[in-house]
Amino acid sequence: MTTDDHLADLHAMWRIRVLEEKILELRLAGDVVGSVHLSNGQEAVAVGVCGQLRKQDAVFATYRGHGWAMARGVPAYPILAEVLARTAGVNGGRGGSAHFSAPEYGFYGENSIVGAGAPIATGAALASTFDKSGRVVVTVFGDGAMNQGAVPEAMNFAAAMDLPVIFVCENNKYSELTPINDMVRNPDLSARATALGIPATRVDGNDAAEVAAATALAIQTARHGLGPTFIEAHTRRIVGHYIGDAQQYRPEGEIEADLAAEPIVRLSQQLIASGVAADTVEATHRRAVAEIEEAARRALAATAADPATALEHLYA
Amino acid sequence: MRETVKLNYGGAVNAALARSLEDYPEAILFGEDVALPGGVFGVTRGLRKAFGARVFDTPISETAMLGAAIGSAMMGRRPIVEIMWMDFMFVAFDQIVNQASNVRYVSEGRLTAPLTIRTQQGNAPGACAQHSQNMEALLLHVPGIRVAMTSTPQDAYDVLRSAVACDDPVVVIENRSLYAGPKAEIEIGGDPMPIGGHRLRRPGADVTVVTWGSITSRVLAGADRLAAEGIDAEVIEAVWLNPFDHAAVAASVARTGRLVVVHEANTTGGFGAEIVARVVESGASLKSPPRRIGARDSRIPAAVGLAAAVLPQEDDIVGGLRAAVGR
Ligand SMILES: Cc1ncc(C[n+]2csc(CCOP(=O)(O)OP(=O)(O)O)c2C)c(N)n1
Ligand SMILES: [Mg+2]
Repeated sequence: MTTDDHLADLHAMWRIRVLEEKILELRLAGDVVGSVHLSNGQEAVAVGVCGQLRKQDAVFATYRGHGWAMARGVPAYPILAEVLARTAGVNGGRGGSAHFSAPEYGFYGENSIVGAGAPIATGAALASTFDKSGRVVVTVFGDGAMNQGAVPEAMNFAAAMDLPVIFVCENNKYSELTPINDMVRNPDLSARATALGIPATRVDGNDAAEVAAATALAIQTARHGLGPTFIEAHTRRIVGHYIGDAQQYRPEGEIEADLAAEPIVRLSQQLIASGVAADTVEATHRRAVAEIEEAARRALAATAADPATALEHLYA
Repeated sequence: MRETVKLNYGGAVNAALARSLEDYPEAILFGEDVALPGGVFGVTRGLRKAFGARVFDTPISETAMLGAAIGSAMMGRRPIVEIMWMDFMFVAFDQIVNQASNVRYVSEGRLTAPLTIRTQQGNAPGACAQHSQNMEALLLHVPGIRVAMTSTPQDAYDVLRSAVACDDPVVVIENRSLYAGPKAEIEIGGDPMPIGGHRLRRPGADVTVVTWGSITSRVLAGADRLAAEGIDAEVIEAVWLNPFDHAAVAASVARTGRLVVVHEANTTGGFGAEIVARVVESGASLKSPPRRIGARDSRIPAAVGLAAAVLPQEDDIVGGLRAAVGR
């Protein structure tokens, strides 16, 4: 990877971070209502994975999916318009923060049922074996989702049929307010994939380049008809699970350590240490802020979803 | 090409599947034991041979199966998936209630899920409580999911073809006690009909009886008995429950002035309650209070004699109709 590649990753992560910060601001101001799950600290997983995908590939994400949508190429404006319940939102306000999709960008949606996206992604990969599109499908879920039956069912189904799907587990150590290690005996979640005959790898999910390398290999495997791969990406969310989460479950010192190791800080430091000018590094942030501010201004000014349309699109 | 053939109910399902797989190159068919073994009831026999890899067996993973149907449908396939028993749908209900139902609506139609779920339900002699339930009302409570139930070979064929042609998720509920039933002359090979509508099984002037599923034959037997007593029942079989033909029921009740709904499902929360409520809400003038005849809100025992005490029998239906017409 060249310095420019790293700067591109940094900019991609900043775009997500600034988007999330803007959504938080709008939520606290009351412009956005309802449940919002931010991905601050986890940006390197989305950026690392999506950077390897082609247009035809498909991502199935979770309620913590704003960043995945953006990494797939969905512009900030329709995402912000969506969480603001505007007609111009990707789903005209029907999805909201936690359940929107934008298939025109290969983003097949968030899912607010833990684990439920994995079997659907498996179905999308099943379609690839018939349509010969070469489409690879990525499904992302959390550590907690590993304890939801839909995920192992999907993994075995995909394994039995050699489907081109990549299972990405964002292990951020917590499922809502509960540490994953209290809820499993074997903390190596990837071992479950191995047990199903799925090649599995554990990566530093705060390092976009490492995530990208693992993804590239998984994509190759999938495109060659060799079936699924499981990637356990270790990361940390550096905000609460939900807005207002007091995070009393965190041991002392944890958040400080997580903040020091989060991907944007880390990559910025690395770039500066390697001789890139501080201003060049900081410019990635400035560009992201300018973009998101402008998108938010437009989204706030956009028309609210029209109640007269509430019953549309129920059936063909 | 339209032709008339002699098929039993199971054969009609098989013919509809074969024709759908021919019509739609994007159609795929899968489920537990459906491909190489040809189905536990033999209904999918021969399809693997005829259509190759488009017909395949799956792990016993209903959630993965339904998810696979949804995801592949989103990507342009037209999956037909078999859930062997309605009772098994509940291990995977999320995929219907939270997933398939929302695909079109939440995406404003950018994504669709044209999939068909075939299943079968109901009590059969000796069946245990976990293989006997009639659960259509649970599905009918979920906007976004179409639901049909058939009891004749002709409808088994026609409705399944309409379901596959439909661009929304459809659950087609069959009944295993019908699969090996008598052959009937049915017409096959036409274009799929639009979904919806009802079947008028018996015209009558005294009371409107709305029913669906395999109990329809019991209702018709009861109606024939009552005809001998001078009670003339009109029997409507609602093969499509979503969309439901409320207009047809309203028109019939406007003529007869009486309404009885019969279903094998539990009475409480059954779809019969909805039909009665719609008629009452419409302000229809009724000569007697509408009645529901359903299972007696119980678990279903395996013993045949016990099950008969829970599920509506011909005598219960006859008694209910007599009471409705005041005789
Ligand atoms: C089936 C289901 N059960 C519970 C919930 C409530 N819930 C939402 S997020 C969450 C935690 C999931 O944790 P994890 O899979 O680790 O993902 P993370 O939120 O950490 O990204 C829970 C329990 C849900 N949405 N769906
Ligand atoms: Mg987690």
